[in-house]
Amino acid sequence: MILEARDLTFRYHPKGPAVIGRVDLTLKSGERLGLTGPSGRGKTTLCRLLAGYDRPDAGEVLLDGRPLSTYRGYCPVQMVWQHPELVVDPLRTLGATLAEGWAVEERVLAGLHIEPGWLTRYPSELSGGELQRFCVARALGPATRFLLCDELSAMLDLITQAQIWSFLLEEAERRDLGLLIVSHSSPLLERLCTRTQAL
Amino acid sequence: MTPLLSVEHLSISFTQYDRGTRRRILPAIRDLDLTIDRGQVAAVVGSSGSGKSLLAHGILGILPYNAHMEGTITYDGAPLTPKRAAALRGREIVLVPQSVGYLDPLMKVGPQVGRDKTAVRAVLDRYGLGPETEGLYPFQLSGGMARRVLISTAVAASPALVIADEPTPGLDARAAGRILGHFRELADAGTGVLLITHDLELALTIADKVAVFYAGETVEEAPAGDFDRLEDLRHPYTRALWQALPQHGFRPIPGTQPYPGALPEGCPFAPRCPKCTSECGGDVPYRPLDGGFVRCLHPERGNAS
Repeated sequence: MILEARDLTFRYHPKGPAVIGRVDLTLKSGERLGLTGPSGRGKTTLCRLLAGYDRPDAGEVLLDGRPLSTYRGYCPVQMVWQHPELVVDPLRTLGATLAEGWAVEERVLAGLHIEPGWLTRYPSELSGGELQRFCVARALGPATRFLLCDELSAMLDLITQAQIWSFLLEEAERRDLGLLIVSHSSPLLERLCTRTQAL
Repeated sequence: MTPLLSVEHLSISFTQYDRGTRRRILPAIRDLDLTIDRGQVAAVVGSSGSGKSLLAHGILGILPYNAHMEGTITYDGAPLTPKRAAALRGREIVLVPQSVGYLDPLMKVGPQVGRDKTAVRAVLDRYGLGPETEGLYPFQLSGGMARRVLISTAVAASPALVIADEPTPGLDARAAGRILGHFRELADAGTGVLLITHDLELALTIADKVAVFYAGETVEEAPAGDFDRLEDLRHPYTRALWQALPQHGFRPIPGTQPYPGALPEGCPFAPRCPKCTSECGGDVPYRPLDGGFVRCLHPERGNAS
């Protein structure tokens, strides 16, 4: 499959600046594309557009040549956000939050080193790194074809970072997923990506 | 010289209710020691869930109601009691919190940083945020801008001790370097800086010394220079961290840090440690070794003193 952004332009406010201005991007299954750029340049906004959370003002997001907005049901493009504590329901246990997405396989829980005891905890009782493992598991539903990783490991310690990425690389290989990896760390991008693009 | 802040034998535990009325105590930090001098940047590095943020909240006296703290914290020569902490925090001791969720979502950036408009302008300017930022609400900021606003809010008060809890994730290398540079400047002007981070590499760019946390304990304290070479590091966990750096092999060790409710007896790293012996199930003291400290019976470096 191919995920394409063609000539994307996006403003948060009709009179505001174009946060994304005429951006092109192509991501194929099995590819790992690194996305770099200074903070405030629109990396997260571009991910939001690619995952269908926002519609571009101009240009289009195509999945296998068809506009992403015409796909119904589970979106094949999933996103893992930079701040996990802001994207989980604070009033539900993490087990309930996970079950909302898909019946997560034991293999995925083990691969991400999610302890069974964490499932009955609330988000405020876990650390950011622990929450992020749930966010990764949640995004890996069987119909996911592309995963957008917005600073996925920026808040993780080194060993956890290496663990999660070695699991994700293996999973991407196994399922032929396409990964978009947003990061500020050039040693990390060098290690992970097949190519990089600057925004 | 008395250190600016000294933490001795600090333990923090949580009381939880499990199935109705059954109470249990979760030890989150055990027997932790740390000192910070004026003008020093002390980095605390550890994995998520190791108790790094709790240390910050313990010093500031803002732990949740079900937390219990033991040990002594001395600030500027006198014990830091909850009352004293309440009087000092936000003025002499400030926190740069970990989550950008700490910003008030209903308040514009300018008034949130401070009341004195000239001072607000000056501090935002220092972190590369233009005048237009003052009129924005937190949701209109990018992740990196929100971080810089959090830091501005803290340092606007000209504090004596800055506790920075993960101040840099989400910033590009240049912005992160610049912000850490500002912490270094604050330290060079006499402020004590406690930098709490998981990012060993960034910490090493400004820290004078590094304390490594694992499962609520300090396992090693080392001068920053020891991190130049794997051979100079003392604890097996510190070595594992070093080897997990993307530029040093990106090799993860298996397993996870034990959860506070399920700690093994003795050394908490023992189940993942290649050098573990039966003695490691007993008491493991924190002791000086070659200019640093280590909590290990079989340290990788030198001979135990």
